[in-house]
Amino acid sequence: MFKQNAFSNSPLLKKRLLLWLRFVIILIAVLFALFPVIWIISAAFNASGTLATQKLIPNQISLANFQKMVNDPLHPFIRWTWNSIKVSIITSVLSVAITTFSAYAFSRFRFRLRRSLLMSILLVQVFPPVLAMIAVFLLVQQIGMYLPGFGLNTHGGLILIYLGGQMGINVWLMKGFFDSIPRDIDESAMVDGATYWESFWYLIFPLVRPMLVVVGILVFVGTFGDFVLARVILQDTQKFTLMVGLYMFISDRFSQNWGVFAAGSLLGSLPIVVLYLSLQDQIVSGLTKGAVKG
Amino acid sequence: MKYQQSTGELVSPVFRNLRSYLGTLVGLSLLDGFALWFIYNLLADGVWFLGIAVFLVTLGINIIFLRKDLYPLRWISPGLALILLLAFYPILFSVYSAFTNYSDGHLLTKEQSINRITQDYYLPEDTETFSWELYRSENGNFALLLTGENGDRYWAKPDQPLEALPGQESPETYDGFVRVSRAESIKYLTEIESIAFGVGEEGVRVKSLSSAAQLQKRFVYNADIDAIIDQKQEIVYYADGDLGSFLSVTGTELFPGYQVAVGLDNFTRLIKSPALSGPFLQVFLWTIVFAFISVVSTFMLGLFLALVLDSPGIPLPKVIRSLLILPYAVPGVILILIWRGLLNPHLGVVNLTLMQWFGWAPAWFSDPFWTKMGILLVNLYLGYPYMMLICSGALKAIPQDVYEAAEVDGANIFQKFFNITLPYLLISVGPLLVSSFSFNFNNFNVIYLFNEGGPPIPNTPTPAGHSDILISYTYRLAFAGERGADYGYAAAIAFVIFIILSLITLFNFRFTRMWEEVSENV
Repeated sequence: MFKQNAFSNSPLLKKRLLLWLRFVIILIAVLFALFPVIWIISAAFNASGTLATQKLIPNQISLANFQKMVNDPLHPFIRWTWNSIKVSIITSVLSVAITTFSAYAFSRFRFRLRRSLLMSILLVQVFPPVLAMIAVFLLVQQIGMYLPGFGLNTHGGLILIYLGGQMGINVWLMKGFFDSIPRDIDESAMVDGATYWESFWYLIFPLVRPMLVVVGILVFVGTFGDFVLARVILQDTQKFTLMVGLYMFISDRFSQNWGVFAAGSLLGSLPIVVLYLSLQDQIVSGLTKGAVKG
Repeated sequence: MKYQQSTGELVSPVFRNLRSYLGTLVGLSLLDGFALWFIYNLLADGVWFLGIAVFLVTLGINIIFLRKDLYPLRWISPGLALILLLAFYPILFSVYSAFTNYSDGHLLTKEQSINRITQDYYLPEDTETFSWELYRSENGNFALLLTGENGDRYWAKPDQPLEALPGQESPETYDGFVRVSRAESIKYLTEIESIAFGVGEEGVRVKSLSSAAQLQKRFVYNADIDAIIDQKQEIVYYADGDLGSFLSVTGTELFPGYQVAVGLDNFTRLIKSPALSGPFLQVFLWTIVFAFISVVSTFMLGLFLALVLDSPGIPLPKVIRSLLILPYAVPGVILILIWRGLLNPHLGVVNLTLMQWFGWAPAWFSDPFWTKMGILLVNLYLGYPYMMLICSGALKAIPQDVYEAAEVDGANIFQKFFNITLPYLLISVGPLLVSSFSFNFNNFNVIYLFNEGGPPIPNTPTPAGHSDILISYTYRLAFAGERGADYGYAAAIAFVIFIILSLITLFNFRFTRMWEEVSENV
């Protein structure tokens, strides 16, 4: 690929040098990528759980930090994790269900306002919910005055806000999936007398199901990792999601809590990392369509 | 096929239509009943905007489901309702809040504020007094047996109307309550003094060990003169629509006040007040610098790694890619907090190592410059995998024959990069870079979690930090609460961000032809 130039007389030698250079660069990059990860793994298994005493290879490997984490009544990590999982699963299931219907209609029906609706959805998406956090806070507070299950400091209120905030981009993503399914399939069904609902439910839905799982997982990952909205809406330690809990825990006393924090971080990251790496290819193709991780 | 089975049922189409029509009607009436109840409550409390928003959305859903020609919208209506109420309404409301005095002390609507103020009761000096005897139930509730000046006796419990009692003797037990001796009563005195026995205006409150008296509303709202009258001290507090408070002629204010529109006041403060505009300008500039450097640095590193990876001869490319996108896979919040630990000035690994090697290490959290450096470093770590992924995708799309032609012309590696690779790349990746700029413009997490926006800028009337960007500054003003929440002012800053984001988006659509591309895909 690289043509020889004035500085090198031996193309082969230059090629080899370049290859080695590449190896070194990749090695450095991998080390950079792994640097905090390695340290947090080592800290999680270090018997002495403070920042001051941490070493790359711990003097004594133990599960003490994990035991402490599970048994800390003031910082209920297991509960926080459960809260995060609960909120994220409900959000992703509802979000996928609702967006599927919208995306199907945008893909299959031709109606007035269709274009302008699609465009408006994209435009609203330009402003992230974080920006309107004061209004979001107030909205949840006002809803909570009449529907206590969806007010401040409730998971219901948080889920509502997540649903509203993620709808737009997912409608676009999902519409793309529906567009990729040939229209002949449902048109022939319609000719045979199927209703829209039947052709959707029995023909299209089974075909897009794998895509729905991908979108669902993306929503799950995004919701699981959210910090700001959960921080604004949840106030009670027992209600925290893992991200808020970890922050409150560690910002309290950074150095002493390091080991337990590391254990909690591993607990929180592991499922997400597994999901992410297993969906790498889909995520990469989704990225080029313009979704930025929030 | 399955759908044929269901159409093959022995149910006539007419009946099916009727059934679905009835189903729609039942569903709609349930929704409407709920919405009406909700709207009624909202309007009663003067929460006009949300009430109107809920009304419009409900109305829309009704129209969509009752008109046959709007059938496609039925599929969209749940999603649309969510976007309108939970994404669009907050944006509108934020914009509106920017023009109000919404802040601590002015959180409520006027109706809510009046309700709150008029909840106070007082004991007028000249009303009938009672002597009282205390009764207590097993589960700790209290009741009073009251004897008036003329000997009438009443049985009084909280939140229940007084009940006239015949006879003269005080029973030992009554209504499940047991009489408490005078000596015992003293023990409960402070507790029962805070209880109103009887309903609202009729409530009787214990004044002293020997007497109790009827309560009266201290503040009464008079709609005709739009004022609250203090019955106790006979002062009139007129509603001041500019200030959002009830004010007496002498200038005393009733709390809490309420929200009013204040026009451009928040923006005038932002620009004119020297104490506020200083930190705002500083935060504003750093926001732009931060977002710009973040995009450029992550793009350069990402592109560089993509180029290095994009060639044959690298072993295990999939494994290496998985390792390199790890910072993208682990939740960002966790990674930022880990970096905060590793960069800890006294105990963190990075600084300990630097101290050992060079005898010097940066003060990542107390020095403004190094805090910013630390944030940029962490953000580079978090952001390069995304750039790497989109760049490797875009690199594959560059036609190879262009390179071959360049090689024939004798172009060297740098010429090829700057004249072929980069221009091609920027066409496809350019819009994503602009979106990434918008994203970083609002990158609250990295700023807030790394150092809470600190170190603080000294001597500012509202708290601000050297590493604060606009969105974290907004958060501080609204929620940090060190000097009272100022939502109106915070919303004004959010409004500035709105404008900037809109301009960026407009630019992105206009100059990159993304809008046309999107339109074609519609």
